[in-house]
Amino acid sequence: MIKNTSTIAITVSHLKKTYGNVNAVEDVSFEVNEGEIFGMLGPNGAGKTTTVECITGLRHPDGGAISLLGFDPQADREALHLVVGVQLQFSTFSDKLKVSEILDMYQSFYPNPVNSVELAQALGFSEKLGSYYKTLSGGQKQRMSVALALIGRPKIAVLDEMTTGLDPQARLDTWELIEKTRERGTTIILVTHYMEEAERLCDRVALIDQGRIIALDTPYGLAEKVTGGKQVLFLPSKPFDEGLLTALPEVKTIEHQGKRIKVEGSGQLVNAVILTLAKNGIEALDIQSEGATLEDAFVRLTGRHIHEEPRD
Amino acid sequence: MSDTRIETQGSAFGKILLNESRLAWRIPIGIGIGLGLPLILLIVFGSIPAMRQASSDLDGFSYFALSFPTLIVMTVMTLSIMALPRNLIKYRETGILRRLSVTPVPPSWLLAAQIVINLAIVVVGFVLLTAAGVAAFGLELPKNFPAFLLSVILTVTALFAVGLFMAAVIRNDAVAQGIGGLLFFALMFFGGIWLPRPMMPVVLLNISNWTPLGASVVAIQTAMQGTFPSLQSILVLIAYTLVFGYLTVRYFKWE
Repeated sequence: MIKNTSTIAITVSHLKKTYGNVNAVEDVSFEVNEGEIFGMLGPNGAGKTTTVECITGLRHPDGGAISLLGFDPQADREALHLVVGVQLQFSTFSDKLKVSEILDMYQSFYPNPVNSVELAQALGFSEKLGSYYKTLSGGQKQRMSVALALIGRPKIAVLDEMTTGLDPQARLDTWELIEKTRERGTTIILVTHYMEEAERLCDRVALIDQGRIIALDTPYGLAEKVTGGKQVLFLPSKPFDEGLLTALPEVKTIEHQGKRIKVEGSGQLVNAVILTLAKNGIEALDIQSEGATLEDAFVRLTGRHIHEEPRD
Repeated sequence: MSDTRIETQGSAFGKILLNESRLAWRIPIGIGIGLGLPLILLIVFGSIPAMRQASSDLDGFSYFALSFPTLIVMTVMTLSIMALPRNLIKYRETGILRRLSVTPVPPSWLLAAQIVINLAIVVVGFVLLTAAGVAAFGLELPKNFPAFLLSVILTVTALFAVGLFMAAVIRNDAVAQGIGGLLFFALMFFGGIWLPRPMMPVVLLNISNWTPLGASVVAIQTAMQGTFPSLQSILVLIAYTLVFGYLTVRYFKWE
Protein backbone atom coordinates (compact mmCIF):
# COMPACT_ATOMS: atom_id res chain seq x y z
CA MET A 1 0.00 0.00 0.00
CA ILE A 2 2.87 2.38 0.65
CA LYS A 3 3.47 4.02 -2.68
CA ASN A 4 6.75 5.78 -2.40
CA THR A 5 8.95 4.57 0.38
CA SER A 6 12.02 6.42 -0.76
CA THR A 7 11.00 9.93 0.29
CA ILE A 8 10.37 10.84 3.88
CA ALA A 9 7.82 13.61 4.44
CA ILE A 10 7.82 13.87 8.21
CA THR A 11 10.51 13.14 10.76
CA VAL A 12 9.92 13.31 14.49
CA SER A 13 12.81 12.38 16.71
CA HIS A 14 12.84 12.14 20.49
CA LEU A 15 9.96 14.56 20.91
CA LYS A 16 9.35 15.57 24.51
CA LYS A 17 6.72 17.89 25.97
CA THR A 18 6.04 18.56 29.63
CA TYR A 19 3.19 20.48 31.25
CA GLY A 20 4.27 21.42 34.77
CA ASN A 21 5.52 18.09 36.06
CA VAL A 22 3.34 15.97 33.79
CA ASN A 23 5.15 14.41 30.86
CA ALA A 24 2.55 14.61 28.10
CA VAL A 25 5.03 13.26 25.58
CA GLU A 26 7.99 11.32 26.97
CA ASP A 27 9.96 10.26 23.93
CA VAL A 28 8.28 9.92 20.55
CA SER A 29 10.13 9.20 17.30
CA PHE A 30 8.76 8.19 13.92
CA GLU A 31 9.05 8.85 10.23
CA VAL A 32 6.24 9.18 7.74
CA ASN A 33 6.77 8.44 4.05
CA GLU A 34 5.46 10.69 1.34
CA GLY A 35 1.96 9.63 0.30
CA GLU A 36 1.50 7.47 3.37
CA ILE A 37 -1.46 7.49 5.74
CA PHE A 38 0.09 7.26 9.17
CA GLY A 39 -2.20 6.51 12.09
CA MET A 40 -1.79 7.50 15.72
CA LEU A 41 -3.88 5.38 18.02
CA GLY A 42 -4.10 5.49 21.77
CA PRO A 43 -6.28 6.25 24.77
CA ASN A 44 -7.07 9.80 25.79
CA GLY A 45 -4.20 11.50 27.56
CA ALA A 46 -1.71 9.26 25.76
CA GLY A 47 -0.03 12.27 24.16
CA LYS A 48 -1.47 12.04 20.63
CA THR A 49 -2.93 15.53 20.51
CA THR A 50 0.15 17.06 22.14
CA THR A 51 2.29 15.38 19.48
CA VAL A 52 0.01 16.78 16.76
CA GLU A 53 0.18 20.23 18.33
CA CYS A 54 3.99 20.12 18.30
CA ILE A 55 4.05 18.91 14.69
CA THR A 56 1.76 21.73 13.56
CA GLY A 57 3.69 24.42 15.44
CA LEU A 58 0.97 25.13 18.00
CA ARG A 59 3.23 24.09 20.86
CA HIS A 60 6.90 24.46 21.49
CA PRO A 61 8.48 21.07 22.23
CA ASP A 62 10.69 20.75 25.32
CA GLY A 63 13.03 18.43 23.48
CA GLY A 64 13.66 16.62 20.22
CA ALA A 65 13.40 17.66 16.60
CA ILE A 66 10.58 17.81 14.07
CA SER A 67 10.81 18.27 10.32
CA LEU A 68 7.96 18.42 7.80
CA LEU A 69 9.21 18.53 4.21
CA GLY A 70 12.34 20.14 5.62
CA PHE A 71 10.47 22.82 7.58
CA ASP A 72 10.80 23.33 11.31
CA PRO A 73 7.28 23.95 12.72
CA GLN A 74 8.52 26.69 15.06
CA ALA A 75 11.02 28.48 12.83
CA ASP A 76 9.16 28.23 9.50
CA ARG A 77 5.54 28.60 10.59
CA GLU A 78 4.15 30.46 7.60
CA ALA A 79 5.98 28.39 4.99
CA LEU A 80 4.88 25.27 6.84
CA HIS A 81 1.21 26.19 6.91
CA LEU A 82 1.15 26.81 3.16
CA VAL A 83 1.78 23.09 2.63
CA VAL A 84 0.33 21.54 5.80
CA GLY A 85 -3.45 21.47 6.34
CA VAL A 86 -4.66 20.92 9.88
CA GLN A 87 -7.91 19.78 11.43
CA LEU A 88 -7.97 20.46 15.14
CA GLN A 89 -10.25 18.97 17.76
CA PHE A 90 -12.83 21.41 19.09
CA SER A 91 -12.33 24.18 16.58
CA THR A 92 -15.31 26.39 15.81
CA PHE A 93 -16.06 29.29 13.53
CA SER A 94 -18.25 32.37 13.80
CA ASP A 95 -21.91 31.36 14.20
CA LYS A 96 -23.16 34.24 12.11
CA LEU A 97 -21.03 33.60 9.06
CA LYS A 98 -22.34 31.47 6.24
CA VAL A 99 -20.51 28.25 5.42
CA SER A 100 -19.58 29.53 1.95
CA GLU A 101 -18.23 32.77 3.46
CA ILE A 102 -15.93 30.85 5.78
CA LEU A 103 -14.76 28.50 3.01
CA ASP A 104 -14.19 31.49 0.74
CA MET A 105 -12.06 33.23 3.36
CA TYR A 106 -9.96 30.13 4.00
CA GLN A 107 -9.49 29.65 0.25
CA SER A 108 -7.96 33.11 0.03
CA PHE A 109 -5.18 32.05 2.44
CA TYR A 110 -3.70 29.62 -0.10
CA PRO A 111 -2.16 30.13 -3.55
CA ASN A 112 -3.90 27.18 -5.22
CA PRO A 113 -7.00 26.15 -3.26
CA VAL A 114 -9.42 23.38 -4.25
CA ASN A 115 -12.94 24.20 -5.38
CA SER A 116 -14.93 24.59 -2.18
CA VAL A 117 -18.23 23.48 -3.74
CA GLU A 118 -16.73 20.20 -4.90
CA LEU A 119 -15.10 19.71 -1.53
CA ALA A 120 -18.40 20.31 0.24
CA GLN A 121 -20.09 17.86 -2.13
CA ALA A 122 -17.50 15.17 -1.48
CA LEU A 123 -18.00 15.60 2.25
CA GLY A 124 -21.78 15.80 1.94
CA PHE A 125 -22.58 19.25 3.27
CA SER A 126 -22.98 21.23 0.05
CA GLU A 127 -26.69 21.84 0.80
CA LYS A 128 -25.50 23.90 3.77
CA LEU A 129 -23.22 26.28 1.86
CA GLY A 130 -25.71 29.14 2.08
CA SER A 131 -26.57 28.59 5.76
CA TYR A 132 -25.13 30.15 8.88
CA TYR A 133 -22.45 28.08 10.58
CA LYS A 134 -24.55 27.84 13.74
CA THR A 135 -27.29 25.92 11.90
CA LEU A 136 -24.90 23.05 11.12
CA SER A 137 -25.24 19.78 13.02
CA GLY A 138 -22.26 18.49 14.98
CA GLY A 139 -21.41 16.10 12.17
CA GLN A 140 -21.65 18.81 9.52
CA LYS A 141 -19.36 21.06 11.55
CA GLN A 142 -16.92 18.20 11.82
CA ARG A 143 -16.96 17.63 8.06
CA MET A 144 -16.47 21.33 7.42
CA SER A 145 -13.46 21.24 9.69
CA VAL A 146 -12.02 18.40 7.58
CA ALA A 147 -12.80 20.43 4.43
CA LEU A 148 -10.84 23.42 5.76
CA ALA A 149 -7.83 21.19 6.43
CA LEU A 150 -7.84 20.11 2.77
CA ILE A 151 -8.89 23.37 1.11
CA GLY A 152 -5.34 24.61 0.50
CA ARG A 153 -4.36 21.47 -1.44
CA PRO A 154 -1.84 20.56 1.27
CA LYS A 155 1.15 18.26 0.75
CA ILE A 156 0.58 17.05 4.31
CA ALA A 157 -2.75 16.84 6.14
CA VAL A 158 -2.88 16.39 9.90
CA LEU A 159 -6.31 15.23 11.04
CA ASP A 160 -7.11 14.95 14.75
CA GLU A 161 -10.15 12.70 15.27
CA MET A 162 -11.74 13.65 11.98
CA THR A 163 -14.73 11.30 12.18
CA THR A 164 -15.67 11.77 15.84
CA GLY A 165 -19.39 12.41 16.03
CA LEU A 166 -20.14 11.36 12.44
CA ASP A 167 -22.87 8.92 11.51
CA PRO A 168 -21.76 5.75 9.66
CA GLN A 169 -22.57 7.09 6.19
CA ALA A 170 -20.74 10.37 6.80
CA ARG A 171 -17.82 8.39 8.13
CA LEU A 172 -17.68 6.29 4.95
CA ASP A 173 -17.85 9.42 2.79
CA THR A 174 -15.01 10.99 4.78
CA TRP A 175 -12.89 7.84 4.46
CA GLU A 176 -13.40 7.87 0.71
CA LEU A 177 -12.32 11.50 0.48
CA ILE A 178 -9.21 10.77 2.53
CA GLU A 179 -8.34 7.85 0.25
CA LYS A 180 -8.79 10.07 -2.82
CA THR A 181 -6.70 12.80 -1.21
CA ARG A 182 -3.92 10.33 -0.61
CA GLU A 183 -4.12 9.10 -4.20
CA ARG A 184 -3.26 12.66 -5.22
CA GLY A 185 -0.05 12.28 -3.24
CA THR A 186 -0.97 13.94 0.05
CA THR A 187 0.73 12.55 3.13
CA ILE A 188 -1.70 12.13 6.01
CA ILE A 189 -1.34 11.88 9.77
CA LEU A 190 -4.53 10.51 11.23
CA VAL A 191 -5.22 10.59 14.95
CA THR A 192 -8.10 8.30 15.73
CA HIS A 193 -10.05 6.41 18.33
CA TYR A 194 -11.66 4.12 15.82
CA MET A 195 -10.02 0.78 15.11
CA GLU A 196 -12.02 0.23 11.90
CA GLU A 197 -10.82 3.61 10.67
CA ALA A 198 -7.18 2.79 11.36
CA GLU A 199 -7.55 -0.67 9.81
CA ARG A 200 -9.19 0.64 6.68
CA LEU A 201 -7.13 3.77 6.03
CA CYS A 202 -3.71 3.55 7.62
CA ASP A 203 -0.63 2.12 5.99
CA ARG A 204 1.07 2.09 9.36
CA VAL A 205 -0.16 2.72 12.86
CA ALA A 206 1.69 3.92 15.94
CA LEU A 207 0.14 2.78 19.21
CA ILE A 208 0.76 5.49 21.76
CA ASP A 209 0.39 5.11 25.48
CA GLN A 210 1.65 7.32 28.30
CA GLY A 211 3.68 9.56 26.05
CA ARG A 212 5.51 6.82 24.19
CA ILE A 213 5.10 4.76 21.04
CA ILE A 214 4.64 1.22 22.29
CA ALA A 215 4.25 -0.40 18.87
CA LEU A 216 4.52 0.67 15.23
CA ASP A 217 3.60 -1.47 12.25
CA THR A 218 0.97 -2.01 9.59
CA PRO A 219 -2.46 -2.57 11.17
CA TYR A 220 -2.29 -6.20 10.08
CA GLY A 221 1.30 -6.68 11.20
CA LEU A 222 0.56 -5.09 14.54
CA ALA A 223 -2.40 -7.35 15.16
CA GLU A 224 -0.52 -10.41 14.11
CA LYS A 225 2.71 -9.64 15.91
CA VAL A 226 1.08 -8.82 19.17
CA THR A 227 -1.59 -11.48 19.42
CA GLY A 228 0.08 -14.32 17.61
CA GLY A 229 -2.07 -13.89 14.57
CA LYS A 230 -4.98 -16.01 13.43
CA GLN A 231 -6.89 -19.06 14.31
CA VAL A 232 -9.06 -21.44 12.38
CA LEU A 233 -11.58 -23.85 13.85
CA PHE A 234 -12.99 -26.74 11.79
CA LEU A 235 -14.59 -30.15 11.89
CA PRO A 236 -12.50 -32.74 9.95
CA SER A 237 -14.45 -35.19 7.75
CA LYS A 238 -12.33 -38.01 9.23
CA PRO A 239 -9.47 -38.42 11.69
CA PHE A 240 -6.03 -37.49 10.35
CA ASP A 241 -2.39 -37.25 11.29
CA GLU A 242 -1.72 -33.95 13.04
CA GLY A 243 1.82 -34.04 11.70
CA LEU A 244 0.38 -32.99 8.34
CA LEU A 245 -0.45 -29.62 9.80
CA THR A 246 2.34 -29.09 12.31
CA ALA A 247 4.77 -29.47 9.41
CA LEU A 248 3.35 -26.29 7.85
CA PRO A 249 5.32 -23.10 8.52
CA GLU A 250 2.06 -21.16 9.05
CA VAL A 251 0.92 -23.36 11.94
CA LYS A 252 1.97 -22.76 15.53
CA THR A 253 -0.32 -24.88 17.69
CA ILE A 254 -3.04 -27.46 17.28
CA GLU A 255 -5.68 -28.08 19.90
CA HIS A 256 -8.67 -30.47 20.08
CA GLN A 257 -11.97 -28.99 21.14
CA GLY A 258 -14.28 -32.01 21.27
CA LYS A 259 -14.58 -33.19 17.67
CA ARG A 260 -13.32 -29.91 16.38
CA ILE A 261 -9.77 -28.84 15.85
CA LYS A 262 -8.42 -25.39 16.53
CA VAL A 263 -5.27 -24.32 14.73
CA GLU A 264 -3.39 -21.16 15.62
CA GLY A 265 -0.82 -19.57 13.41
CA SER A 266 -0.04 -16.76 11.05
CA GLY A 267 0.17 -15.76 7.38
CA GLN A 268 -2.17 -17.52 4.94
CA LEU A 269 -3.18 -19.93 7.68
CA VAL A 270 -6.66 -20.87 6.45
CA ASN A 271 -5.56 -21.56 2.89
CA ALA A 272 -2.59 -23.62 3.98
CA VAL A 273 -4.67 -25.78 6.33
CA ILE A 274 -7.51 -26.42 3.90
CA LEU A 275 -5.24 -27.16 0.95
CA THR A 276 -3.08 -29.59 2.91
CA LEU A 277 -6.10 -31.44 4.24
CA ALA A 278 -7.70 -31.57 0.78
CA LYS A 279 -4.53 -33.02 -0.74
CA ASN A 280 -4.81 -35.80 1.78
CA GLY A 281 -8.47 -36.42 1.04
CA ILE A 282 -9.78 -34.80 4.17
CA GLU A 283 -12.55 -32.24 4.09
CA ALA A 284 -12.62 -29.37 6.58
CA LEU A 285 -16.23 -28.71 7.50
CA ASP A 286 -17.89 -25.82 9.29
CA ILE A 287 -14.81 -23.59 9.07
CA GLN A 288 -14.63 -20.64 11.41
CA SER A 289 -11.71 -18.33 10.99
CA GLU A 290 -10.74 -15.38 13.10
CA GLY A 291 -8.07 -12.83 12.46
CA ALA A 292 -6.62 -10.86 15.28
CA THR A 293 -7.71 -7.22 15.20
CA LEU A 294 -6.05 -3.98 16.08
CA GLU A 295 -8.38 -3.83 19.06
CA ASP A 296 -6.91 -7.15 20.31
CA ALA A 297 -3.44 -5.74 19.87
CA PHE A 298 -4.37 -2.62 21.75
CA VAL A 299 -5.85 -4.56 24.66
CA ARG A 300 -2.86 -6.87 24.78
CA LEU A 301 -0.39 -3.99 24.81
CA THR A 302 -2.06 -1.56 27.15
CA GLY A 303 -4.17 -3.86 29.28
CA ARG A 304 -7.39 -1.97 28.51
CA HIS A 305 -9.88 -1.19 25.78
CA ILE A 306 -9.39 2.02 23.87
CA HIS A 307 -12.74 3.51 24.82
CA GLU A 308 -12.34 2.80 28.55
CA GLU A 309 -10.56 6.05 29.29
CA PRO A 310 -12.40 9.17 30.39
CA ARG A 311 -12.04 11.99 27.86
CA ASP A 312 -9.17 14.36 28.47
CA MET B 1 -16.46 27.39 -11.63
CA SER B 2 -12.73 27.17 -12.13
CA ASP B 3 -10.85 24.58 -10.17
CA THR B 4 -8.00 26.81 -9.13
CA ARG B 5 -7.52 30.39 -8.18
CA ILE B 6 -4.41 32.35 -7.55
CA GLU B 7 -4.77 34.99 -4.92
CA THR B 8 -2.38 37.21 -3.12
CA GLN B 9 -2.20 37.51 0.63
CA GLY B 10 -3.54 41.03 0.28
CA SER B 11 -6.87 39.59 -0.71
CA ALA B 12 -6.74 37.31 2.33
CA PHE B 13 -6.83 40.36 4.60
CA GLY B 14 -9.64 41.74 2.44
CA LYS B 15 -11.64 38.55 2.94
CA ILE B 16 -11.09 38.63 6.69
CA LEU B 17 -12.18 42.25 6.77
CA LEU B 18 -15.24 41.45 4.66
CA ASN B 19 -16.34 38.66 7.00
CA GLU B 20 -15.72 40.82 10.08
CA SER B 21 -17.87 43.57 8.53
CA ARG B 22 -20.64 41.04 7.90
CA LEU B 23 -20.44 40.00 11.55
CA ALA B 24 -20.54 43.63 12.75
CA TRP B 25 -23.71 44.04 10.71
CA ARG B 26 -25.31 40.72 11.72
CA ILE B 27 -24.51 40.97 15.46
CA PRO B 28 -25.15 44.70 15.82
CA ILE B 29 -23.95 45.34 19.38
CA GLY B 30 -21.41 47.90 18.23
CA ILE B 31 -23.61 49.44 15.57
CA GLY B 32 -26.81 49.36 17.66
CA ILE B 33 -25.49 50.67 20.97
CA GLY B 34 -22.46 52.52 19.65
CA LEU B 35 -24.20 54.34 16.80
CA GLY B 36 -27.90 54.08 17.57
CA LEU B 37 -28.05 54.96 21.26
CA PRO B 38 -25.98 58.19 21.19
CA LEU B 39 -27.89 59.30 18.09
CA ILE B 40 -31.25 58.70 19.78
CA LEU B 41 -30.06 60.54 22.91
CA LEU B 42 -28.85 63.44 20.74
CA ILE B 43 -32.27 63.65 19.10
CA VAL B 44 -34.07 63.43 22.47
CA PHE B 45 -31.86 66.05 24.16
CA GLY B 46 -31.99 68.27 21.09
CA SER B 47 -35.79 68.07 20.81
CA ILE B 48 -36.51 69.22 24.36
CA PRO B 49 -36.39 73.03 24.28
CA ALA B 50 -35.48 73.31 28.00
CA MET B 51 -32.37 71.27 27.41
CA ARG B 52 -31.19 73.67 24.77
CA GLN B 53 -31.51 76.69 27.12
CA ALA B 54 -28.26 78.04 28.46
CA SER B 55 -28.24 77.74 32.24
CA SER B 56 -26.22 79.54 34.88
CA ASP B 57 -26.02 76.26 36.84
CA LEU B 58 -24.09 74.81 33.92
CA ASP B 59 -21.55 77.63 33.60
CA GLY B 60 -23.72 79.28 30.99
CA PHE B 61 -24.03 76.22 28.70
CA SER B 62 -27.14 74.33 27.74
CA TYR B 63 -27.48 70.72 28.87
CA PHE B 64 -27.57 69.79 25.18
CA ALA B 65 -24.25 71.47 24.42
CA LEU B 66 -22.64 69.81 27.44
CA SER B 67 -23.97 66.38 26.50
CA PHE B 68 -22.55 66.45 22.98
CA PRO B 69 -18.94 65.50 23.89
CA THR B 70 -20.33 62.83 26.23
CA LEU B 71 -22.32 61.30 23.37
CA ILE B 72 -19.26 61.18 21.12
CA VAL B 73 -17.34 59.53 23.91
CA MET B 74 -20.21 57.07 24.37
CA THR B 75 -19.79 55.88 20.80
CA VAL B 76 -16.06 55.43 21.27
CA MET B 77 -16.64 53.61 24.60
CA THR B 78 -19.15 51.14 23.20
CA LEU B 79 -16.91 50.04 20.37
CA SER B 80 -13.63 50.11 22.28
CA ILE B 81 -14.50 48.47 25.59
CA MET B 82 -17.61 46.49 24.70
CA ALA B 83 -17.55 45.37 21.06
CA LEU B 84 -13.79 45.04 20.41
CA PRO B 85 -12.65 43.10 23.49
CA ARG B 86 -15.71 40.87 23.55
CA ASN B 87 -15.20 39.84 19.93
CA LEU B 88 -11.51 39.14 20.42
CA ILE B 89 -12.08 37.21 23.64
CA LYS B 90 -14.77 35.12 21.91
CA TYR B 91 -12.37 34.39 19.06
CA ARG B 92 -9.77 33.17 21.49
CA GLU B 93 -12.24 31.30 23.69
CA THR B 94 -13.82 29.38 20.82
CA GLY B 95 -10.52 28.53 19.15
CA ILE B 96 -10.96 30.76 16.10
CA LEU B 97 -7.56 32.42 16.71
CA ARG B 98 -6.00 29.03 17.32
CA ARG B 99 -7.43 27.64 14.08
CA LEU B 100 -6.11 30.68 12.23
CA SER B 101 -2.64 30.13 13.65
CA VAL B 102 -2.35 26.86 11.69
CA THR B 103 -2.96 28.66 8.37
CA PRO B 104 -0.42 30.76 6.45
CA VAL B 105 -2.25 33.84 7.76
CA PRO B 106 -1.17 35.08 11.19
CA PRO B 107 -3.98 35.47 13.77
CA SER B 108 -2.87 39.08 14.27
CA TRP B 109 -4.68 39.84 11.01
CA LEU B 110 -7.99 39.07 12.67
CA LEU B 111 -7.11 41.44 15.50
CA ALA B 112 -6.14 44.09 12.96
CA ALA B 113 -9.42 43.57 11.09
CA GLN B 114 -11.37 43.97 14.35
CA ILE B 115 -9.57 47.24 15.11
CA VAL B 116 -10.23 48.54 11.59
CA ILE B 117 -13.95 47.65 11.68
CA ASN B 118 -14.57 49.16 15.11
CA LEU B 119 -12.61 52.29 14.23
CA ALA B 120 -14.67 52.63 11.08
CA ILE B 121 -17.89 52.46 13.09
CA VAL B 122 -16.49 55.11 15.47
CA VAL B 123 -15.74 57.40 12.53
CA VAL B 124 -19.24 56.94 11.12
CA GLY B 125 -20.75 57.64 14.56
CA PHE B 126 -18.59 60.72 15.03
CA VAL B 127 -19.54 62.13 11.63
CA LEU B 128 -23.26 61.33 12.12
CA LEU B 129 -23.39 62.87 15.60
CA THR B 130 -21.54 66.00 14.57
CA ALA B 131 -23.55 66.43 11.39
CA ALA B 132 -26.89 65.83 13.13
CA GLY B 133 -25.99 68.13 16.04
CA VAL B 134 -24.92 70.97 13.79
CA ALA B 135 -27.52 70.58 11.04
CA ALA B 136 -30.63 69.70 13.05
CA PHE B 137 -30.15 71.22 16.49
CA GLY B 138 -28.07 74.32 15.91
CA LEU B 139 -25.00 73.03 17.66
CA GLU B 140 -22.14 75.40 17.03
CA LEU B 141 -19.30 73.92 14.98
CA PRO B 142 -16.21 73.39 17.14
CA LYS B 143 -14.36 76.70 17.20
CA ASN B 144 -10.92 75.10 17.29
CA PHE B 145 -11.45 72.25 14.85
CA PRO B 146 -7.88 70.82 14.87
CA ALA B 147 -7.93 70.71 18.68
CA PHE B 148 -11.38 69.13 18.56
CA LEU B 149 -10.13 66.42 16.17
CA LEU B 150 -7.00 65.85 18.23
CA SER B 151 -9.10 65.43 21.38
CA VAL B 152 -11.36 62.90 19.67
CA ILE B 153 -8.40 60.98 18.23
CA LEU B 154 -6.68 60.81 21.64
CA THR B 155 -9.95 59.63 23.17
CA VAL B 156 -10.07 56.88 20.59
CA THR B 157 -6.46 55.78 21.14
CA ALA B 158 -6.85 55.84 24.96
CA LEU B 159 -10.08 53.84 24.99
CA PHE B 160 -9.00 51.37 22.31
CA ALA B 161 -5.85 50.75 24.35
CA VAL B 162 -8.02 50.02 27.41
CA GLY B 163 -10.26 47.73 25.31
CA LEU B 164 -7.30 45.83 23.87
CA PHE B 165 -5.86 45.43 27.35
CA MET B 166 -9.18 43.89 28.42
CA ALA B 167 -8.93 41.51 25.46
CA ALA B 168 -5.39 40.67 26.55
CA VAL B 169 -6.13 39.70 30.14
CA ILE B 170 -9.76 38.57 30.28
CA ARG B 171 -10.24 34.93 29.48
CA ASN B 172 -13.95 34.53 28.82
CA ASP B 173 -16.78 36.43 27.26
CA ALA B 174 -19.10 36.42 30.26
CA VAL B 175 -16.46 38.13 32.43
CA ALA B 176 -15.68 40.59 29.63
CA GLN B 177 -19.35 41.44 29.33
CA GLY B 178 -19.61 42.07 33.08
CA ILE B 179 -16.44 44.13 33.36
CA GLY B 180 -17.20 45.99 30.14
CA GLY B 181 -20.68 46.92 31.40
CA LEU B 182 -19.38 48.05 34.77
CA LEU B 183 -16.58 50.07 33.22
CA PHE B 184 -19.02 51.58 30.74
CA PHE B 185 -21.33 52.95 33.43
CA ALA B 186 -18.55 53.99 35.83
CA LEU B 187 -16.63 55.83 33.13
CA MET B 188 -19.75 57.35 31.62
CA PHE B 189 -20.62 58.66 35.08
CA PHE B 190 -17.27 60.43 35.35
CA GLY B 191 -17.74 61.60 31.78
CA GLY B 192 -20.88 63.42 32.96
CA ILE B 193 -23.70 61.51 31.29
CA TRP B 194 -26.00 61.74 34.33
CA LEU B 195 -24.43 64.55 36.27
CA PRO B 196 -22.91 67.21 33.98
CA ARG B 197 -19.40 68.04 35.07
CA PRO B 198 -20.16 71.64 36.10
CA MET B 199 -22.58 70.21 38.69
CA MET B 200 -20.10 67.70 40.14
CA PRO B 201 -18.74 68.26 43.67
CA VAL B 202 -15.02 69.14 43.65
CA VAL B 203 -13.96 65.67 44.80
CA LEU B 204 -15.82 63.97 41.96
CA LEU B 205 -14.55 66.53 39.50
CA ASN B 206 -10.97 65.83 40.56
CA ILE B 207 -11.44 62.11 40.11
CA SER B 208 -13.16 62.73 36.80
CA ASN B 209 -10.18 64.72 35.51
CA TRP B 210 -7.97 61.64 35.87
CA THR B 211 -10.34 59.21 34.16
CA PRO B 212 -10.08 58.80 30.41
CA LEU B 213 -13.65 59.98 29.93
CA GLY B 214 -13.38 63.00 32.19
CA ALA B 215 -10.18 64.05 30.45
CA SER B 216 -11.71 63.40 27.07
CA VAL B 217 -14.90 65.38 27.76
CA VAL B 218 -12.87 68.31 29.09
CA ALA B 219 -10.61 68.27 26.05
CA ILE B 220 -13.46 68.05 23.55
CA GLN B 221 -15.50 70.68 25.40
CA THR B 222 -12.71 73.24 25.54
CA ALA B 223 -11.81 72.64 21.90
CA MET B 224 -15.42 73.26 20.93
CA GLN B 225 -15.28 76.61 22.72
CA GLY B 226 -12.14 77.49 20.80
CA THR B 227 -9.55 77.07 23.54
CA PHE B 228 -6.76 74.56 23.23
CA PRO B 229 -7.44 71.69 25.68
CA SER B 230 -5.66 71.82 29.01
CA LEU B 231 -2.32 70.06 29.13
CA GLN B 232 -3.58 67.80 31.90
CA SER B 233 -6.44 66.37 29.83
CA ILE B 234 -4.17 65.76 26.84
CA LEU B 235 -1.47 64.14 28.99
CA VAL B 236 -4.02 61.94 30.77
CA LEU B 237 -5.26 60.60 27.43
CA ILE B 238 -1.74 60.04 26.13
CA ALA B 239 -0.81 58.27 29.35
CA TYR B 240 -3.79 55.89 29.07
CA THR B 241 -2.85 55.15 25.46
CA LEU B 242 0.78 54.40 26.26
CA VAL B 243 0.31 52.47 29.50
CA PHE B 244 -2.51 50.25 28.28
CA GLY B 245 -0.91 49.90 24.86
CA TYR B 246 2.27 48.65 26.50
CA LEU B 247 0.40 46.30 28.85
CA THR B 248 -1.55 44.89 25.89
CA VAL B 249 1.60 44.10 23.93
CA ARG B 250 3.14 42.59 27.06
CA TYR B 251 0.26 40.36 28.11
CA PHE B 252 -1.70 39.52 24.96
CA LYS B 253 -2.05 35.76 24.39
CA TRP B 254 -3.30 34.16 21.20
CA GLU B 255 -4.64 31.12 23.01
